[in-house]
Amino acid sequence: MSSLERPTPIGRALRGVLLAVVALLWLGPYAWMTITSLKSLDEIVQAPAYPLPHSPNLDAYREVMTQVPVGRYLFNTLVMAFSIAALQILLALPAGYALAKLRFRGRRTAFFLVLACLLVPAQVTFVPVFTMLGPLGLVNTMASLVVPFAVSAFGTFLVRQALMSVPDEIIEAARLDGASELTIIYRILAPLVRPTLAAMFLFSFVYHYSDYFWPLVMTTDDENRTLPLAIALLREQGTGVRWHIVMAGNVILSAPVLAVFALAQRQIVRAVARG
Amino acid sequence: MRPRNRLHPLLMLAPTLAIIGLFFLYPLVVAARDSLYRWDLLTEPEYVGTTNYTRLWQSGELTGVVGRTLTFGLVVVVASTALGLALAIALNRPGKLYAFFRGAIFSAYVVSWVAVALLWMWILDPDAGVVTRAFRALGLPTMSWLGDPRSALYAIAFVTVWKITGYAMVVYLAGLQSVPASLFEAAALDGAGPLRRFIYITWPSLRPTTAFVASTGLIMSFQAFDVVRVMTQGGPVRSTTLFVYAIYEEIFVNLRVGRASALVVVFFFILILLTLLNLWAFRQSGGLADRAPKRERAEGAA
Repeated sequence: MSSLERPTPIGRALRGVLLAVVALLWLGPYAWMTITSLKSLDEIVQAPAYPLPHSPNLDAYREVMTQVPVGRYLFNTLVMAFSIAALQILLALPAGYALAKLRFRGRRTAFFLVLACLLVPAQVTFVPVFTMLGPLGLVNTMASLVVPFAVSAFGTFLVRQALMSVPDEIIEAARLDGASELTIIYRILAPLVRPTLAAMFLFSFVYHYSDYFWPLVMTTDDENRTLPLAIALLREQGTGVRWHIVMAGNVILSAPVLAVFALAQRQIVRAVARG
Repeated sequence: MRPRNRLHPLLMLAPTLAIIGLFFLYPLVVAARDSLYRWDLLTEPEYVGTTNYTRLWQSGELTGVVGRTLTFGLVVVVASTALGLALAIALNRPGKLYAFFRGAIFSAYVVSWVAVALLWMWILDPDAGVVTRAFRALGLPTMSWLGDPRSALYAIAFVTVWKITGYAMVVYLAGLQSVPASLFEAAALDGAGPLRRFIYITWPSLRPTTAFVASTGLIMSFQAFDVVRVMTQGGPVRSTTLFVYAIYEEIFVNLRVGRASALVVVFFFILILLTLLNLWAFRQSGGLADRAPKRERAEGAA
């Protein structure tokens, strides 16, 4: 729309100011987080403060590593996020296929049940699920972090929508060739809806990697805790004003997500904008 | 199509339906049941009828939590929607620089809540935080933004706006692609300036998008927890005890499962109302069916 008019000097100046404010508000905090993590304790409490570290060093990162078993927590987090994302796709494909392509009694009811789950977020189920799993000894296990999220109602819905646009002829031809239903679902249809699956996987992975709420309420000991919990604990452990250590933890926590985001921005944005 | 075997559809749906039943539907029954008991997780549950609900109501706890959450939600919704729209319009232009800025704003939505909350705690720190220091340097009065009951709720609302504005912006950017460019060209030829084009074309065309963004934001606000847990633990003097945090506190701090479950039941009904509002807005905005091709067209053009 702006191509219609030549930019006026005022317009240009306004745009410049806007970009500067956006940079300060949305890039500044990341920069400040990184800069703080490279400082020493003296530097962050001294007043007046100098914005840049005198001698940037990685001491704060070393400190995080000694306070928290980052490797183990990161491993737990990756296993959890990967398992959830993979299971969601594995289960959404056959369910989406049945809902999109097969005619059977109860299809509407089944579809309604899937959609109804959108009304029941984790913030509602955590209390009853906790009291359900407790007596079974399942609290504090990796299963209690993964299995409740094995189905994504929205993901199932998206896969169904994507499969609806695949022509029936493809499935009929595969059946004539003697392909089993499982082969049709996972070998023939899955590659056809790959963009949907990729967006779903990325979004789910990033979401659960970052999740704090569910691991917080379902785990009580270190065995299965995840990285966001460990980083949040860095501040709670009574470290006082040692913000350089907390910020180093923050960098460790957010760098992988920001990297994935930088590489797959388009898919993630698409998954989110559709939701 | 006809299934090859009458059992096939059932088998394909079985794992999905099992998980749904076990972790989405049955928990609602459990919560409704538990809400009628007094139970501390350690001793035997004791049936108390609707006492948990009447206590929540009579003690003013429920009203307080709903009021606080609603205030928080309204601030977040109004600010993030307005800012999201403004940024979408301002940054809706070609070029790598603009793409980078759009990405930077949206990245906050993707990054872990823990990282965002800790980062802003440091920035707002009453002693050495960069905001405090900047205010002091400029001779402005400062306060403990998170430590003062008058400002804490607004401080966490601000941080929430910072995090989710990127989401609003992205949805608005998608919405903007569906506004026909010919309308703008015609209006510009007729001599309508940017402000009038916004009032007469952009805003009316985006009204459904606005309804969707705002109702989604309201649901997100009602589900807010991480920001409270990390930044304020509901304080000072309960000024930031939002709904989900209140539930968390009842079960994990006070060990009152019955009271927590009663809150869960009430929360569930509030969410149903909000979700119906959201679904209505989603329909208004065109739904999934015809939003996808629009975006592809836009990408092809970019």
